[in-house]
Order: sequence, then structure tokens, then C-alpha cells
Amino acid sequence: MKKSLVGWASIALACAAGPAHAGEFEFTGYVEPELQLFLQKASKPEQPRANMSVAGEVSAKYFWDDGDQSFVATPFMRLDMHDNKRTHVDLRAFKYAYIDGAWEFRAGVDKVFWGVTEAAHLVDIINQTDVVEDARGREKLGQPLVSLSTYQQWGTVDLYVLPWFRERLFPGANGRPATDIPVDTSQTKFESGQKQHHVDFAARYSNTFDIWDVGLGYFRGTGRNPILIPGLTSGGSPVLIPYYVQIDQLSTDIQATKGAWLYKFEGLWRKELNDRYLQGTGGIEYTLYGIFDTPSDLGIVAEYIWDERGANPQNPFANDIFAGVRWTANDIADTSLLTGAVVDMDTQATFFSAEFEKRLGQNYRLSVEARLFAGQPASDPYYTLKDDDFLQIRLARYF
Amino acid sequence: MPFVSSALRQSAHAFVIVLPLMGLAATAHAQADGLPGTDQPVARGLAIAQETDSRDKGWGDAEADMEMVLTNAHGDTSTRELRSYSLERTDPEEGDWSLIVFNKPRDVDGTALLTHAKILEPDDQWLYLPAVKRVKRISSVNKSGPFVGSEFAFEDFSSSEVGKYSYKWLRDEPCGDLTCHVVERKPLYEHSGYTRQVVWTDTTDYQPRKIDYYDRKDALLKTLTFSDYRLYEDKFWRAHDLYMVNHNNKKATRLTWKNYKFHEGLTEADFSTAALKRAR
Repeated sequence: MKKSLVGWASIALACAAGPAHAGEFEFTGYVEPELQLFLQKASKPEQPRANMSVAGEVSAKYFWDDGDQSFVATPFMRLDMHDNKRTHVDLRAFKYAYIDGAWEFRAGVDKVFWGVTEAAHLVDIINQTDVVEDARGREKLGQPLVSLSTYQQWGTVDLYVLPWFRERLFPGANGRPATDIPVDTSQTKFESGQKQHHVDFAARYSNTFDIWDVGLGYFRGTGRNPILIPGLTSGGSPVLIPYYVQIDQLSTDIQATKGAWLYKFEGLWRKELNDRYLQGTGGIEYTLYGIFDTPSDLGIVAEYIWDERGANPQNPFANDIFAGVRWTANDIADTSLLTGAVVDMDTQATFFSAEFEKRLGQNYRLSVEARLFAGQPASDPYYTLKDDDFLQIRLARYF
Repeated sequence: MPFVSSALRQSAHAFVIVLPLMGLAATAHAQADGLPGTDQPVARGLAIAQETDSRDKGWGDAEADMEMVLTNAHGDTSTRELRSYSLERTDPEEGDWSLIVFNKPRDVDGTALLTHAKILEPDDQWLYLPAVKRVKRISSVNKSGPFVGSEFAFEDFSSSEVGKYSYKWLRDEPCGDLTCHVVERKPLYEHSGYTRQVVWTDTTDYQPRKIDYYDRKDALLKTLTFSDYRLYEDKFWRAHDLYMVNHNNKKATRLTWKNYKFHEGLTEADFSTAALKRAR
């Protein structure tokens, strides 16, 4: 009797322990309050001088089958005090992945990055930009996709089917920074009659040849970057209406890593409407290690951005130079400072930015960012942002 | 720069070829330990390094968890946790491959570093930034820079391939309960922060027990002590406690390894930039 009790108890224990051994669960995330201070009075009275908001992201990951199968869900949310368009929820990831040796299959919502340069990300195309999170386009919305990848001696190939299109989010009437004429997403237009249901296709080949990292990309489907067409609301006030066209795009991204020097290039050929054009960006990054006899590094970045069409409402970077300096302390707090400026060679319009980051204790991270626009002539696509200089302070608590 | 390193590599080859011959010539003076005699300090030093290397051949692939505790001069501490994967490369022209994934601090959770090590040329290295899902090829010439703010430099972590140094045996002396060969080695690769290192290798298992690091001005900068050695698969010794003290700034870093696993069936595909994106 005693024996069988021990037997049953051990079976029960084994069962309870069973799932824990079968898979691994991870739960991480952060909550991040934000304060934005705008240096000028806004062009509209409803736009604030100071704004507060809070963002949060959690990531639940489950791995099983010795890590060969996994499920990841990463919802993101921001609550904004003034701008109801900036208050938004997005699934950054919601994906199942299966790995079989050199093959990987993924289905769900995910983020994918293509490219090598720092200032402009020309060839990055899979995900829509989350403009309300970051006007500079570094934050992305989750993209529904099915993908198959293989890693072989001759390189890596990724194939993507993208069954649903994500529209770009724009700031609302109370939002800053924003264009003076608001974007009306209720009137969004598509070239394709299938609208958001248009199934897009993308492919990428990448490989490393000694110091060279080379990528080739192809995309066919709904362009992520809308043409903004002047229009009117039903009440007759002027608005900008996003128009999404079908594009065909071939792209390449190349980096050579030679000692402390990085040489980078991104280029693309795109067909849209009746137009065919080229865009390119490239430059150098050089790092001085251990400056002034300290453990800190100083990195210098210089890049040129070009668009065959010249400056246009879709792309303000047609003949622009970016120069930046990145200082990394290499200390316990991972302190860093990145400053840079983009100068339009045609109009001398300049956009400055500075970002400072530091970990506080084990679980907090402080980021301070300043952005200034200067010398925009009325013809510059960024003219309407020139009264939106701001300072942004974020403090994230990670768990 | 490339011709400099290829010249270095050629001279290193010459070095490796010539020394065994010198060793043969010195067999008359060979010691009971089977190494070249104490009157052949260069050959003896190299032979000790080769013995350490050969005793570790065949580990194949490995996984382990590491905790890193950084302590400043005031005794304040900060902790990092990471998971490490490595793949043995048998080609003598190549160093081993490694992938490390950070778990803590939480703000760098998922950040991963992939290294395809070389012998004398700079390693191939890629960094994965999980927030933007971006893989960046990075410069690896920063050998002397601190690894995540710790007292370990990148080069202290890199796989210790025999061909990376020139050697000179100094003496044999007691080290704790063991006897150690004390060997001076000088980095042959570029961008090292050290003029030389002095390594205490025990005469029983040929494992490093202590390393003194001398900076570019040849002053003693750091001391690394290895302890808690455990044997895996009856062949592979691994220290589970590595303690680095910086004598200049009085800071210290303790690495603690756990959950070592060997021959888990990792392949080249697990050390690709594609694998870097899904690392955890």
C-alpha cells in the first residue's frame, strides 16, 4: 500500500514535471512612461507644448521540441494624453516557428529587417513604419506573413508571402510632431482593388564572402510608403489622403568590414504607377576604440542619400548628407550618446538629433532624445515640421 | 594591414615548423615530463600550449549558461546572464565559432553576438539587436575593449588557439596543491591590449590555473584565476569559476558557468546569421 502510494505520487510528480521538461516558457517586457516637451508654440491651438504618454510591451515565448518549435506573442500598447491616433495597440509578434536543421518555417505576425545603413533604411520593406512611435521610421508595425528560410553553403534564402497590408499610422489633429495639414486615414485609397487583402511577395538572398556581407532583395506588392494627395474632408477642410500603389522592387545591400572601417551601400530599383526610378544610400562608419586612454569608443558615421526623382513628397531625402558621432562609454550602465545631422544639399535644410541612453540600476533604462529642424524653406517636404522641435525623456522599467 | 597579418601568419607557420625540429634536437635533454628540456624555453613553452590544446580536442560542440558579476571599487555589484553555444573547428587555420545570447540585464535581453574566430586575422563578428530585429556585421579589431562593461576584454574571451601567441617557458613551481608550468606568451595578433601574459598551467591536466596580463606599458594590469574545474565525458576539463581582478581600478568580475552540455548536435547552421535572429 505504502509502496503504491509512493508509486502514484511519483507518477503524479512526473506528470506535473512533464510539461515543464517538455517546453520552456519565458515572459519579459517593459513599461515606459514618456514626457515630450516642444520648444515652439504649435501651429494649431489644440496641439500641446508638453505631452505625456506611457508605452508597454510584453513578450510571452514558449519553446518546445528541444527549441525547434516555438510560439512568441508580443503585444505593444501606447496610451497618449493628447493624441488619440498615437494611442494605439499593435501585435509586434504573434508567430509560430519550426526549425528543421538548415530550414525554418514561420507563420503569424513578425518583424523583419533588411539593410545595413544608419540614416535611411531604403531596402527595408517587409514591415510598415510605426510613424506615431518614431517620426524617423525606426519603429515598425507587426506584419502578417508566412515565410520559409534556408541556410546553405551558397547562402541564405528567405521567401515571404504577406497576406495582409498594414496601413501607416499618422498623428491625429492634436499630435506632434505632425504636418500642418492632417492626414485623413478614413479616406485612404489603394491602386489595387483588393486593397489591404492584396497578397504581397518578397524574397531575399544573403551571404558572407570574407569581409563582404551581401544581400539581394525582391518585393512585389503594395508599397509601404504612401503618396499623400491633397484632399478635403466631408466638412470641406483640407487634408492629406494616403494613396498606396503597387510596386515592383529590386534591391541590394552590401557591407564591407575592414578593420575599424565599415563601408555600406543600399540601392533599389522600383517600378510604381508609370514611373521607374533608382534610390541609393551609402557611406562609412569608422570607430576609434579606447579614446583618451579610457574604455570608451567614438564612432563616426557619414552617409549620402540619393533619389533619382529629386525631392518629392514621398521622400524628402533626395540629395542629403548625414553625419553622426556615436560615443559609447563601455561602462556598467551601457551609457551612449548618438548625435547627428541630415543636411539637404539642395535647400540646406538641416535636421539635428541627439540621443542619450543609460541603464539605471539593473532594470531601468533612461533615454533622452532631442530633435531640431532648421532652415527648411517652404518648398521642403519637412517644412511643416519646423515648428516641432522637441525634447523627449523616457524611463523604461524592464521585467 | 592585410599583408602585415599574412606576414605574421607566415612567420608563425615557420615558427611551428621549426620548433618541433628544435625539440627533436633537444630530446637528449628531455625531461621526465616528455617536454623539451628547460634549456629550450621557447620549444618547451610551445609544447605546453600544444599539450593543453590537444587534451581538449574533440569536444565538438557545447552549450552552457554563464553568470557574470561585476564589482566596482566600492563593492557595488551588477549582474549579467547569458547563454553560450560553441562549435569546435578542426581546421588549424580557423578558430572556433561561438554564439552568446544575453538574458540579463533585461534591457539587453535577446541581444546576441556571433563570432567566427580566426587565428591571427580579425574575427568575423555579427551583433543581433532584437528590438529592431537587425543583424549588424561589426568590426572585431576592438580586442582590448571591455566586454559588456566587465574587466574581461574581448580578447580574454576569444578561443585560445595555439597560433595566436609566441611562447617562452619561465619555470615550474608549486601552485596550490599542484605543480604548474609558468609560461610567458606574447600575442601575435594585431590590436592586443597586452604586451604579454604569464600563464600558470598545471602539470597534471594541463589546464590554466592563473593568468597575469601585462598592459602596453608592460605593467601588471589584471589577474585571472580559474577554479572549480570539472571533468566532462572523461576528457574535457572546464573551469566553472573565473575571477578577474584589475589591479589598476580595483574592479573585479566573476564568471560562473553552469549547465555545461557537450555533443548536443549543433551544426554550422546553428552559427549562421540566420540562427542569430532566433537565438535565445
